[in-house]
Amino acid sequence: MSFFGLDCMRKKEKEVERKIRANDREYNSSFRYATNSIKTSKYNPFTFLPLNLFEQFQRIANAYFLFLLILQVIPAISSLSWFTTVVPLVFVLSVTAAKDAIDDINRHRSDRKVNNRKVNVLINGKLISEKWMNVQVGDIIKLENNQFVTADLFLLSSSEPLNLVYIETAELDGETNLKVKQALTVTGDMGDNLEALAAFNGEVCCEPPNNRLDRFTGTLTFDTQKYSLDNERVLLRGCTLRNTDWCFGLVLFAGPETKLMQNCGKSTFKRTSIDRLMNVLVLFIFGLLALMCIILAVGNGIWENHAGSKFKAFLPREEKSTALSAFLTFWSYIIILNTVVPISLYVSMEVIRLGNSYYINWDRSMYHARTDTPAEARTTTLNEELGQIKYIFSDKTGTLTQNIMTFNKCSINGKSYGDVIDNSGQRLEITEEMTPVDFSFNRLADPKFLFYDHSLVEAVKLELPDVHAFFRLLALCHTVMAEEKKEGHLVYQAQSPDEGALVTAARNFGFVFRSRSPETVTIEEMGIQRSYELLAILDFNNVRKRMSVIVRNPEGKLTLYCKGADTIVYERLHPSCSELMKVTTEHLNEFAGEGLRTLVLAYKDLDEEYFAEWKQRHHESSVALEDREEKLEKLYEEIEKDMMLIGATSIEDKLQDGVAQTIEQLAKAEIKIWVLTGDKQETAENIGYSCNLLREEMNDVFIVAANSPEEVRQELRDARLKICPETEQDKLLIPEFILGNTPKVVQDENVNGEYGLVINGHSLAYALESNMELEFLRTACMCKTVICCRVTPLQKAQVVELVKKYKKAVTLAIGDGANDVSMIKAAHIGVGISGQEGMQAVLSSDFSFAQFRFLQRLLLVHGRWSYLRMCKFLRYFFYKNFTFTFVHFWYAFFCGFSAQTVYDEGFITLYNLVYTALPVLGMSLFDQDVSDRWSLEYPQLYVPGQLSQYFSKRAFMMCALHSCYSSLVLFFVPYAATYDTARDDGKDGADYQSFALITQTCLTVAVCVQLVLDLSYWTVVNHLFVWGSLGMFFILTFTMYTDGLFRLRPSSFAFIGTARNCLNQPNVWLTVALTALLCVLPVFAYRFFCSQISPTINEKVRYKVRPMKEPAPRPRRTRLTRRSTRRSGYAFSHAHGYGDLVTSGRFLRRHTPVRSMGLIPTGRSPGFKPTGRSAGYSPVGREQNPKQKVEPTSLQMFRAVKDSSF
Amino acid sequence: MKNEGEGSERPDNTAFTQQRLPAWQPILSAGIVIPGFLIIGLAFIGIGIGLFLTSQTIQVWEIDYTGVEKDSPCVRCTIQSSQNCTCDVTFSLSELFTGPVFFYYGLSNYYQNFRKYGVSKDYYQLTGDTQYFKSPQDVCSPYKYDSQNNPIVPCGAIANSMFNDTFELYQIINGTTKKQVPLDGKGISWWTDYNIKYRNPSSVNGSFANAFEGTVKPINWPKAVYELDPVDQNNNGFLNQDFLVWMRRSALPQFRKLYRRITEGDYAAGLPAGNYSLTVHYNYPVLSFDGRKKVVFSNVSWMGGKNDFLGIAYLVVGSLCVVMSVVMLIVYAKFKFSDDDDA
Repeated sequence: MSFFGLDCMRKKEKEVERKIRANDREYNSSFRYATNSIKTSKYNPFTFLPLNLFEQFQRIANAYFLFLLILQVIPAISSLSWFTTVVPLVFVLSVTAAKDAIDDINRHRSDRKVNNRKVNVLINGKLISEKWMNVQVGDIIKLENNQFVTADLFLLSSSEPLNLVYIETAELDGETNLKVKQALTVTGDMGDNLEALAAFNGEVCCEPPNNRLDRFTGTLTFDTQKYSLDNERVLLRGCTLRNTDWCFGLVLFAGPETKLMQNCGKSTFKRTSIDRLMNVLVLFIFGLLALMCIILAVGNGIWENHAGSKFKAFLPREEKSTALSAFLTFWSYIIILNTVVPISLYVSMEVIRLGNSYYINWDRSMYHARTDTPAEARTTTLNEELGQIKYIFSDKTGTLTQNIMTFNKCSINGKSYGDVIDNSGQRLEITEEMTPVDFSFNRLADPKFLFYDHSLVEAVKLELPDVHAFFRLLALCHTVMAEEKKEGHLVYQAQSPDEGALVTAARNFGFVFRSRSPETVTIEEMGIQRSYELLAILDFNNVRKRMSVIVRNPEGKLTLYCKGADTIVYERLHPSCSELMKVTTEHLNEFAGEGLRTLVLAYKDLDEEYFAEWKQRHHESSVALEDREEKLEKLYEEIEKDMMLIGATSIEDKLQDGVAQTIEQLAKAEIKIWVLTGDKQETAENIGYSCNLLREEMNDVFIVAANSPEEVRQELRDARLKICPETEQDKLLIPEFILGNTPKVVQDENVNGEYGLVINGHSLAYALESNMELEFLRTACMCKTVICCRVTPLQKAQVVELVKKYKKAVTLAIGDGANDVSMIKAAHIGVGISGQEGMQAVLSSDFSFAQFRFLQRLLLVHGRWSYLRMCKFLRYFFYKNFTFTFVHFWYAFFCGFSAQTVYDEGFITLYNLVYTALPVLGMSLFDQDVSDRWSLEYPQLYVPGQLSQYFSKRAFMMCALHSCYSSLVLFFVPYAATYDTARDDGKDGADYQSFALITQTCLTVAVCVQLVLDLSYWTVVNHLFVWGSLGMFFILTFTMYTDGLFRLRPSSFAFIGTARNCLNQPNVWLTVALTALLCVLPVFAYRFFCSQISPTINEKVRYKVRPMKEPAPRPRRTRLTRRSTRRSGYAFSHAHGYGDLVTSGRFLRRHTPVRSMGLIPTGRSPGFKPTGRSAGYSPVGREQNPKQKVEPTSLQMFRAVKDSSF
Repeated sequence: MKNEGEGSERPDNTAFTQQRLPAWQPILSAGIVIPGFLIIGLAFIGIGIGLFLTSQTIQVWEIDYTGVEKDSPCVRCTIQSSQNCTCDVTFSLSELFTGPVFFYYGLSNYYQNFRKYGVSKDYYQLTGDTQYFKSPQDVCSPYKYDSQNNPIVPCGAIANSMFNDTFELYQIINGTTKKQVPLDGKGISWWTDYNIKYRNPSSVNGSFANAFEGTVKPINWPKAVYELDPVDQNNNGFLNQDFLVWMRRSALPQFRKLYRRITEGDYAAGLPAGNYSLTVHYNYPVLSFDGRKKVVFSNVSWMGGKNDFLGIAYLVVGSLCVVMSVVMLIVYAKFKFSDDDDA
């Protein structure tokens, strides 16, 4: 909506409504809808030069130099030849242009690749393979299985019954589970009848292109009938067709108008905090420049009044007034002193970042051999930010965990299985080399299932009744579906991976779940097929934390099997189990201590009459109109009591390799880790413990799980007061104005002890509201670890934004799924886990690698080095440029403020480009204070980066002061040394050219010596660069002052002979030595004193590791075990089950085994493949109302099936 | 594409890509810094003593002859109207002024380093390019053409303002007899200036002056450039030594330029003790801008002319280094962090 008339005028052609007639290109083309070709590239060969130059000159630095260039060609002002600016400027522009060109060529290439994808289009009744870019709105196209959806389509028909199609929307919204779309019956009836499709002339009238993925409204007019269309009928570009042989669709939106492309808003351009600081500093430098020029201009005015006006006999000047003279002098000095704003700075920074990015790409320690994935720096402009991370926001599934659940241990009738014990009774750590249990006796065993404790299989073979009961329960009490495509080749589809793991375990130990119908469950017990009658499923939910089934075995015996949280089930056990309970509790503690997820199994034999009566009541309750839930709940409570304990299972939610160590390392580096997961609270908490985020030693772990804003606020406040009782309400909200965009910065608060915070989705939604966000932030930031559960993608971004907003800290988000994209984009640095199937996270990330554990190397080694290097570079760069420039300032007082340069113009041109460029570049590409191993050994080294200690406004001021001192030395020492003196042959030694050469030699040597002092890591390249550049100075100086060049262009090479006449003087060299040492020695002494009196962490570590070669390999960590306090290990990635679906049997009617489930395992890695993410989060569609109760997405397909059958 | 075993994407294992290049890693440890400062300090003190002593041996004698003070012999020449004014400055040397003695003239408050002054010359003219005799470069303005619009050669402010006082030096023997001290004006400019940077135009029709046909002399000059040394053609035109010395402009507003050397005859060993008289042909006006003129006699050493600064600076810096090393030692003994932490 526009409120401005002007705007309206321009957007007159904006679509209000889209009208499409199928198979009528002529009609549709009258609306000039966009075609399906996309263009992300910026230039073409003809527009490249003008556009690119235009863009480059939009940068303030380049524009500034263009402005200087213009000043320089004004004769009255020009104090320097034009080439002193042109040469660096052209160099800078061409380097940047080359980089832009390469980037754009890559974009062209990827555009071309996408545009040239093939798809079948129905043209004139025939299917013709066409390129994507030639597809037009109104075309009917045919998609096949596993193809990408070409454009936004209106689904016409599909190969599947009921005109369903299954799509994966991972690229779009990050949900890896399949979604169901269904065509209208009227179009679906056309099937794949090409004639009918070609004759189809329905007219669609729908909304104009927009970026809302969850909404679509339109109508189809066909055969004079009107049908309303909604999101269910639309396939969006970016999705992938799954488990559907083919489908036909009508193109609604194409190319740039598709919802996917409309959503690909301009990805925000990320800048590092150093960049932002630089902007401030550059402004400051401009101010300094102006100040210096004003001082000099005023000086010129005074000089003109006092001395200059009298000197006209020898010094004719045209200016009539001193004011004009001063004005012109101002601009002349702007030209001369322009080097305070370093033109090559930005280019050098880019080069350094590029170099450091390549190091990341090249690092073999971040290469993951199994997936053949090296780390990749996808953005080459953010490296040094990696050394300043304070907050890490991590996804859980796929990032911290592999999303593989394995059945690890169990306790059956008081005996614990799963540990491997050697002869001396010592528990062994399970490694890859050990021989797993051989399940070959079982032809239905899953070969991927590994178990190492042989005693359990012995127990099964010995037919111990408890063990059998244990596995029978696992095989019966679940809601898993089985597919058996081939005889004996079972694939389980579980709603939660935990269940899948349990059923798979039972399967391998000889209790194979084979199939189910609404009324029966068929299992194979030790090779004998038995069919149990399924009488009831008392399903799982978050309150019950348990599920039960009631089955009648083939012998007619009724049994209730129950599995659930220890705390819940224990309350419902028969008193006779108390002995066993004790033993089992011990085992449970052990399992929980190892971070395993536990479930307790129990059973109860039922007698027929009771059950019949109960069943009756159950039926009544389930049709009751009011309080149905409560009534059922009561009934469940009633029957699930006095159960007999069988044992407990433990499932390992397999962490990625090295997660715990990485987190420990990062914690040592004072990085706070927040886990933002879609998982349930228990699961998340459990993972928190198993990967060392939450620890038993922590003083307290607060759990915020309230249902109203007031409660949430209260809980947060209570937690904060408990951590730090004396925190005052608003004391810490110190207003701080940083360029006016950050209103408040919440300071870090000192906390004694370690705390953790777990907050669930509902509470988080309240906590993120604007009136509570500060409360939340303050409490959360006092905790070492924060875990947010059941977080939607939008909330993930909100949390990141919240921290960004109030904390002056650098954030990093790491994730692997498309649901992490929002947070990856929101954080300062986004890291994607690559090598998994979904690439969306990687594509929007700044860095990517295959394993979470590489994060420690990325931050502690590469990030730290990059930051260190960049800061060293900046400090040195400012130093050398300021020193260079300030000398002019001092000279002004001795040359009548006439804008006379101290140095030769050739030197001015080459100083930044040739004489000093490479050594500092070498430093910023190779420098390391301590080696990578030591960096990892001492994560504390990371802390100075978080505090921006290496480069700040203060450091910049120090540089400026240091330069000021150096420039004074560099001007006045040669001044005094040549004042009224003579050369050793009696000729006067203080002519301008000699003086210039002496000063520039002193300068070059002094800054070189300063660099020598700064360099802490001298590789061959550094030697080459440093000495080479110094040598280059002398070589070029002599070359430029040769006879030949002078004869070529006398006015440009007027310094002929100065080098040989001057540099043969001993006192010149004495002057050079004196200035160099005078410049450097105070710094040397200062640093020495600092390092002695208050050494920095870097110095401490350097001293410490100096005598040592390399750190000893770290001892292999044994598994962390904590058994201090009782903590329930119950966690189950299980939302409300689909028990009613199983029993209602509606979907089972469509019994064709393969596709009835509509699922091909799209899991993440080998092993058990869950179909969805382990828990639900609200799909993007619910973003506008995050408080709404989230529902498991996996259910959606069933719901769709269910609904469709009506 | 994945290969078996070695992944195709595996980065190369080189010292460079893995950032393991062998490197020397110096560290600011007390064991290096303290002795380093001490050694540097001692070396500087040594050099400083040498420099200072050398500088002390150099004899310098200078007289301001501007004529500001009322009792100055050249006061009368400061009057505007005086033409071809000559004044005698007498002085006496109490001991032998060891030769070779260099004779400088010095100017102060004179901004030869003023930017517009400095660029005001035509390099092409000065390399004998007669093309530029007709139309000098713009930088020479306003000394490009005279009032009749004739091109000036050599054009520009530097040439125009050439110093034109001349001096004769006499030793007064027995109170009355004036013995002229021979002054050597050869080779007082840089070899490169004389041989490469400045070239005379080739003679036209056998006459050097003809090469300057159609040009006029700089406004302030009494005679044209081709008449600077009518005796010695090698010292004439742009190659005149005085001209070359003048054209090498100074870096600072106070400067000396070599005028002559005293190397010949009885004075080869130096100026003997006694009374001298310096006859100044006073032409160059400096009082308008509070300038000063002086003559300086000096001899030189291996380190050039007299300059106490370097010697003193070296001594001071050297002493500071030594003091600093002691302070450092004390600090180190007191804090000694590197040892503590190793334990």
